[in-house]
Amino acid sequence: MLTKKVKRRVTFLSLLLLTFVISVFFILKSLTNNILYFKSPTDIKLSKEIRKNKKIRIGGMVKKNSLSINNEEIQFIVTDFKNEVIVIYSGTVPNLFLEGKGVVAEGVLKDKNFFVADRILAKHDEQYMPPELKGILNKDAK
Amino acid sequence: MINLINPSKIFKWIENSIKFINSIFFILLLIALTFALIFSPPDYLQGDSVRIMYVHVPSAWISLSTYSCIVFLSILTFIFKTKNLMLISKSIAPIGLLFTFLAIVTGALWGKPTWGVLWAWDARLTSMIILFVFYTLYIASIKFIKQEDKAHKISSIIAILGLINIPIIKYSVDWWNTLHQPQSIKFLEGTSTIHSSMMLPLMLMLLVLLLYCALIFLMKYKTEIIRIKKKNIKRL
Repeated sequence: MLTKKVKRRVTFLSLLLLTFVISVFFILKSLTNNILYFKSPTDIKLSKEIRKNKKIRIGGMVKKNSLSINNEEIQFIVTDFKNEVIVIYSGTVPNLFLEGKGVVAEGVLKDKNFFVADRILAKHDEQYMPPELKGILNKDAK
Repeated sequence: MINLINPSKIFKWIENSIKFINSIFFILLLIALTFALIFSPPDYLQGDSVRIMYVHVPSAWISLSTYSCIVFLSILTFIFKTKNLMLISKSIAPIGLLFTFLAIVTGALWGKPTWGVLWAWDARLTSMIILFVFYTLYIASIKFIKQEDKAHKISSIIAILGLINIPIIKYSVDWWNTLHQPQSIKFLEGTSTIHSSMMLPLMLMLLVLLLYCALIFLMKYKTEIIRIKKKNIKRL
């Protein structure tokens, strides 16, 4: 049923797709560091050298009860529940920037535990629910 | 199999379907929008901006699924040289482009109040832009290559190469750190982290947008068939 031409096209297509998939896989693999939108505190701890004055992004959760705000700056701790980094920032924050929620901070590392941010982005999670329900859940948790 | 999708036979059927969808479309749209904008609750964290989800999420799903359709049809077109299938994928492509665009724009509008930025070059957003580029290339290659056979061949290859981008978009939020949140609805496991009161308007909007896709597709397919027929008459 299948003619010779059809068979040839099938082979061509599968070979083309295979080479393309493999090459894309290796490209992505080698670019992993650039694809990652932010580094976690653990990534920073594991990195051998820190380049000061180079702009990077770090991300994780804002540690509960770590947020302190005074007139000039906001200080909080970004955690991935293994390691922590202290972040200092002055400026406005998005509405969804809250304790216990995700955050991405853009700025420079001063040392492995200290980060000066010049922009704060909020990273929210994948849960959506009405406010009443959240109230009930909170009560249960207490 | 090819006879089943013979353009002239299903012409009448297309006309009727268009009429039917037209008759129910606006009523369903009104119902879905009422649920999405009025009856559904605001989010505990995001407030009313969560309503953007009811357009953003279905658009993104549709843009991925129409692309998968195009790839499937392109593989068949490339291997068996069937012109009818090419007509179908040609008619689907602009719909996919539109919904990719919608997903990106609504995503940006949603990102501003929630993340604090319109755009971020994270893996999910970048791979969506790449999908947009693939759609554009596909449509452009059909439009601007004059020889029909060559156009079919090249556009099919472009579409098929873009296939690898689909799993990348889908799993980008799991494989890499992204600003975009992880997926709420996991089809494979059948779990969802969207509350049921928000699930109903989401599904209604998906239904309405799918109907819209069907409507545009049928209208476009009809004009393609007419164009082919005209050409044949001229040749005679």
